[in-house]
Parts: sequence; structure tokens; C-alpha cells
Amino acid sequence: MKRHLISAADLTRDDALLILDTADELAKISERSIKKLPTLRGRTVVNLFFEDSTRTRISFEAAAKRLSADVINFSAKGSSVSKGESLKDTALTLEAMGADAVVIRHGASGAPHRLAGWVRGSVVNAGDGTHEHPTQALLDAFTMRRRLGPLDGRRVTIVGDVLHSRVARSNVLLLATLGAEVTLVAPPTLFPVQVGSWPCEVSYDLDAVLPKSDVVMMLRVQRERMNAAFFPTEREYSRRYGLDRDRVARMPEHAIVMHPGPMNRGMEIAAEVADSPRSTIVEQVANGVTARMAVLYLLLGGAELGGEI
Amino acid sequence: MRRERWCSSLAEAISRALPHAQGGARAVLEQPDINRALIRISHEILERTKGGENVVLLGIPTRGVHLARRLAAHIKQFEGRSVPVGSLDVTMYRDDLRLRPARALGRTELPADGIDGKVVVLVDDVLYSGRTVRAALDALNDLGRPQAVQLAALVDRGHRELPIRPDYVGKNLPTSKSENVKVYLEENDGSDAVLLLKGDER
Repeated sequence: MKRHLISAADLTRDDALLILDTADELAKISERSIKKLPTLRGRTVVNLFFEDSTRTRISFEAAAKRLSADVINFSAKGSSVSKGESLKDTALTLEAMGADAVVIRHGASGAPHRLAGWVRGSVVNAGDGTHEHPTQALLDAFTMRRRLGPLDGRRVTIVGDVLHSRVARSNVLLLATLGAEVTLVAPPTLFPVQVGSWPCEVSYDLDAVLPKSDVVMMLRVQRERMNAAFFPTEREYSRRYGLDRDRVARMPEHAIVMHPGPMNRGMEIAAEVADSPRSTIVEQVANGVTARMAVLYLLLGGAELGGEI
Repeated sequence: MRRERWCSSLAEAISRALPHAQGGARAVLEQPDINRALIRISHEILERTKGGENVVLLGIPTRGVHLARRLAAHIKQFEGRSVPVGSLDVTMYRDDLRLRPARALGRTELPADGIDGKVVVLVDDVLYSGRTVRAALDALNDLGRPQAVQLAALVDRGHRELPIRPDYVGKNLPTSKSENVKVYLEENDGSDAVLLLKGDER
């Protein structure tokens, strides 16, 4: 494995399987009464969050704490960033404090990549702009594997705001590495220009794809990033691309429904679908802690110059 | 016939091990010896624990788990009692994690009844520095509160670095630190053998 986790494309098939297998073993920790391992004792993990987040930040914090690492939480609000400090100066401050790993979320695509050049520790991308969110892809793959078994040849359909979604890109890259067949479904206005070069199929018709999907992953419509009219009305979007009870009935018996959260209930997913037993949405949150423990262990648990395995 | 086949696979095991050893390899225990040692240990466990009541066998992956299963099979044969068997991975508790790249985890599987109030017998293939056992004791601490913990090892090669001693030993094997002891088991390696490898001076 490389020293940093910036993109899902950094992971080879063996790396990805090692992370998922490690997560499988670590999952048992969350069922024990003492949910703690001494593995990263004395290591410092900094959560550097320039964008709002609940589940990702809490998830990384819980993961690091279960491995006994010291956690420093940093959010842009109420820090020197609001006084105009640059990312580089913030990075040098962290460096001086001896951070062994920096978990970064930033509104600008590529920020983790820049940060990796400035700090000595490992950098983990927890979402950068509209670029990538590799640990989300790992926890999604982990959730699918727990429900459906090995992912080779499984058909995964990702529906919604692909243009603004870092989750979609990371999932496409990771799932292709793991041998799954991915289809992206969205209105033409919500596809990025280069989607043709991604290792996946593209469709505009959700109803045609549903009957042959093992997994249907709904993406949040990211209104905060929408500065143009991408679709006429919310009702029309919901009618053509929202997952309701009738559409779920057209999916195969074993198929599961996923959503990275936070959800717009009634928009991309109906409330009764989100709460149905076929939905893995709550499971995904629990699996997030486990998958991130696996990532932190594999990046930090070994020799100081870990990475050159 | 069977004997012949076994011998050829032992030869294979030795030749597989040879490239890692400079001075050659010597079989210290062969399949019948290993079997006799495990039968004796099973009897000793039954003797020490008054019939094996309340005993849980926990193997340390990988080969310790196979040994634990074999001990349980012998105990079942002699006493008719099914002793619960589990596995205990100690990777996350090791003190030498930072000396090597992060490694893959083994499996931890406890019997359904857990280990609270039980007599836990840890089973490992080779007892050397004692650091693996120390890690196992720490791991047990997070999993429950056994009534007592005992230790069984197929080979004790000495050179302890911690105040730890085994309760049941298959064979005491005086070694030098430059040598290497390798246990091969049918379940994992296709044949049973304990080899002493003359390693390079470290």
C-alpha cells in the first residue's frame, strides 16, 4: 500500500482486498464489550475538516480512538483559517505538532494531494471538492461484500448527482478494481464531461437498469454546489430518478439499497425505502468506523516508513 | 505406501525450507513424534484440569489453531468430552508492530459461551521469546475474565525475554538464536514435521 490514501485509484486489487479482509476481522471489535485495541498507542491522528461533516468526522474519530491513537479535531470554523491562514501554514503547524496521520476534508479538489507534499505523516482524503472520497468507497464495498459476498461480476447502479459527487467517482474506481460492473444513471446535465473515460457504463433511464442491479446506490442531490438549473423542478427529478416503492419492487429479490448520507428524504429516496430492511444506510455508518480502522491500521500500524511493502 | 508418500512430502517440506537456511535443515520431530506429543499433552490437560471440565482451547493463528483442534479431538477420544475450541489473533497487541510493515490480521473466534470463568489453554506451535504469549494475555484481558490461563506449546526453544513459562510442552528443543524452528502441519503445509534450520548469524 502507498503511504497516503488520496484516491481510490491508489489501491491495487490486492490492497483493496487486504483492507476489506482486515475490516472483516475488525468488525468483531464493535460487537465486544471492550471496543478498544492498543495498536496505535502513542500515534497522533489529526482530523482537518475545512467543510462541514458529521458522520465522516465522527467515524474517523471513533476509528482512531478504538485503535488507541490520540485524536486532534480541527475545524476551519473558529481556527486561524478564518483569520486567513493558508493550507500550507496550517500543514506546517500540524507537522510541528508531530501528526502521524492527517485526515483532511476540503472544498477544493486536490487539496489532500498538495498536503501530502508538505507533511511527513500519512494523508487520508476524507473528501475533496467534487473529486474523491476513497474511504466512503471502501465502506460501501465492505457493506456490499458483507451482504452479497465477493464483488466480482456484481452489478452496481449509482443514481443521481454524479457531477458533484466525489462518492460516485471513488466508488466507480474502486468497484472496477474489485471486478464489479458499475452503471451510472443521471439526467444528462448531471454527468461530468469526462465520464466517458471512467471504467463504467452510463445510462439516462433508471427503470431500464433497475431489474438487473444487485446494488442500487442513491446519491444526494447536492443543492449547495448547484449554481445553475440542472433540472426543471425537484418534483420532476424525483419522479424520474427518485427511488420509491414501485421502483424497489422492480429490483431483484436480493438487491440492496444504499445511500452515503445525508439523505434528502422524498427527493432522491422515499422515506419508506430508506427505512426498509433492504436499505443498508444505517449499516453503512457502522461499517464506516470499521473500514476506517482498517485503513488507519494499515497506514500507521506498521514500520515508520510503511508503504514500501 | 502411506509412509512412503509422507516421507516424500517431508522431503519436499525440507527442500522448500532449505533456500532460507544456510547450513541445512534437520527434522527434529516427525509425524509420529508430533502425534505422541499431542496425545501426551491432551492427557496432561485432562489430568491438570480434573477431566477437562470448564476448559477452553484457544489456538494462536495459524498453526496454533490446528494444534488446538487436534488436542480437542484427542480429548474427545479419551474422555468423550467436547472441549470448545477457538482462535485468538494477537497481531493488534504485538509489541513489534512498528518494526515491520503492517501485516494482515488472523481470525479471532471465541466459543459461543465465551471465556468468562473458564480455564483457557493457549496453544501455539513454537514458544520462543514469550512476546506472542504476552500479546495473547493482553488480548484475553479485553475479551473476558478467564478463571485461569494455561499455556501449551508444541516446541519450547528457550531464549525467553519475559517471565513466561509453558504448562504443557511437546518438546524442549535447545537452540541457538541464529537457528530457526519451523513447524509444518498437515492442515496447512501438507505434512507434519518440525524442522531446525541453521540460519545465518543474526
